[in-house]
Amino acid sequence: MTEKKFMAGNEAIAEAAVQAGCRYYFGYPITPQNEIGEYMAWRLPDIGGTFLQAESEVAAIYMVFGAAGAGARAMTSSSGPGISLMQEGISYIAAAELPCVLVNMMRGGPGLGGIHPSQSDYFQATKGGGHGDYHLLVLAPSTGQEAASLTMLAFDLADKYRNPVMILGDGNIGQMMEPIEFRPPEEAFASPKKDWAITGTPGRKRNLIKTLFLDPVILEKRNLVIASKLREAVKNEVRFESFMTDDADIVIAAYGTVARIAKTAIKVLREKGFKVGLLRPISLYPFPYQAFSQMAERVKNFLVVEMSMGQMIEDVRLAICGKSKIHFYGRVGGIVPSYEEIVGEVEKIAKEAR
Amino acid sequence: MEAVFERPKTLTTVSTHYCPGCGHGIIHRLIAEVIDELGIREKTAVVAPVGCAVLLYNYFNLDSYEAAHGRAPAIATGCKRVLPELVVFTYQGDGDLAAIGTAEVVHAAARGEKITTIFVNNAIYGMTAGQMAPTTLIGQKTTTTPDGRAPERAGYPIRVCEMLATLEGAAYIARVSVSSPKNVMQAKKAIKKAFETQIKGLGYSLVEVLSQCPTNWHMTPTESIKWVDEKMAAYYPLGEFKTPKES
Amino acid sequence: MGKIEIDEEFCKGCTLCIGVCPQKFIRIANHVSKKGYHPAEFCDSESKCTGCTLCALMCPDAAITVYREKKVGGEKK
Repeated sequence: MTEKKFMAGNEAIAEAAVQAGCRYYFGYPITPQNEIGEYMAWRLPDIGGTFLQAESEVAAIYMVFGAAGAGARAMTSSSGPGISLMQEGISYIAAAELPCVLVNMMRGGPGLGGIHPSQSDYFQATKGGGHGDYHLLVLAPSTGQEAASLTMLAFDLADKYRNPVMILGDGNIGQMMEPIEFRPPEEAFASPKKDWAITGTPGRKRNLIKTLFLDPVILEKRNLVIASKLREAVKNEVRFESFMTDDADIVIAAYGTVARIAKTAIKVLREKGFKVGLLRPISLYPFPYQAFSQMAERVKNFLVVEMSMGQMIEDVRLAICGKSKIHFYGRVGGIVPSYEEIVGEVEKIAKEAR
Repeated sequence: MEAVFERPKTLTTVSTHYCPGCGHGIIHRLIAEVIDELGIREKTAVVAPVGCAVLLYNYFNLDSYEAAHGRAPAIATGCKRVLPELVVFTYQGDGDLAAIGTAEVVHAAARGEKITTIFVNNAIYGMTAGQMAPTTLIGQKTTTTPDGRAPERAGYPIRVCEMLATLEGAAYIARVSVSSPKNVMQAKKAIKKAFETQIKGLGYSLVEVLSQCPTNWHMTPTESIKWVDEKMAAYYPLGEFKTPKES
Repeated sequence: MGKIEIDEEFCKGCTLCIGVCPQKFIRIANHVSKKGYHPAEFCDSESKCTGCTLCALMCPDAAITVYREKKVGGEKK
């Protein structure tokens, strides 16, 4: 049974989390994602869940640690400055192999920055952020609808890999209101038994949720365990969309809100006779390196468009490995590029290519 | 003859790494005795700090979390909200609770989280070998106050119990010491009352235990318990600062 | 009457028990334990220990077990 609701992306994420079985939300207000916490503040108590506004993002991430350690589906959400505060806790969660979902609705940075959308936390999300060898699985929705479905997927992936999963959105996706359909997941996922969780110890040996391993031999083994999980994720969890790329001479690489705008630019360019397409990563970690590499066999010009000074472009370069020319167009500070700007950039590239 | 005093069951058989005479050992033993007597071992979880007690999960036969420095009350909150029937306690030193973790403990108390904190105050940073703590006394020499703590440079020590007792959510706040058998028995009573406060769902409970650190105070264990009685208890008076309203 | 047993697996020779024993029946041993400490040892040649438990109360390592005779209706077992 599906229901369509007119709601903001932020609210869609919160409702999707509830439908995925999340009953514990801990967070701290920060623009532009406050609607997530506010939605949870009335939704969770209604169904016997817990919403708790923590004293800071630092406290919030550790409440997630505690709840996830007790075997619950728990989440938090924030924006750049708050996600920065959470980095130590995220490293601890990854090290302890706890499942949880994190949401970053990106805003202009660095520092206190601005409250308008950006994509300038890509490095933070995909390359680390916290200390030590670990990775978040990172999913980047492009619409409110996709934000809802990826949030549901995020909880399943978190349990499957015992790893934190991040939904990387931006203020635009969070604020924009669209009709959202909540569908049951495509594949029914059997939630794994959490016999490692803290539940009290009737009839079993005690469980320890710890990350300190002073013996380097043991700590290396722990790192190898995490690395092997991530290798599995790299094999199985790559997600991307190819839009009009079959005959494209120029391929735009973009994710999130920018990808959506790029689709409009592509429609305009196609009407003008340009053969242009979009390769849209949906999983930013694991990044669709192979998809880009294969496309670069035929396509000789890529245009990476980001709301940043150029972060995803490094992964595109890594994937393409010099086989094709890579161009960049970026806007920062909270400015969202218009489809006309993207059209202009593609026309420039097409002209140079002739 | 029958045994009238034995090693509590809630302690594992692992010998602790604490220095000879350290208060941690006595406090661990008292907590274990209380858990044994209340019969709650199988429904108790502990959140370990960063500090000398970081490895306490090796000594207590309990489900345990290892917290980041100062964050134990937040982790305990997350756990207790998921499993309200579990008895959840944090065990924290003076750096963990009164420096980096001050926000977390204040807000856990303010929210009246039904968790218990055992706060070990030894007026110094033990694990990192003897720096000043927020609870270091004026004039006390540490590696970062080599001439003795001077208020114009390093401010004044914090009285945690008095501070937390002002919060509505705090139901039981007490300060005890383990410097003599009499004080040890009082400490055990307070720890038991704190756990009972949680079990009855009355709010946040905290027991601050003045504890000796012979190694970093550069004293023998016998000298160190005297220092607790004569110097520490003068600035940090023993007693109950808040008691639960119910009968 | 009473007696104590000090477990050398746990005793670190901190002497807190020695400080509180009202009858001075505990002393530091000459030998070194497997842990590398001079442990405390019970010496009560005339069996005068009352099993008061003051030593065990102070022990940071829960190394002391205290035994006491049970009095049954005035008769000592």
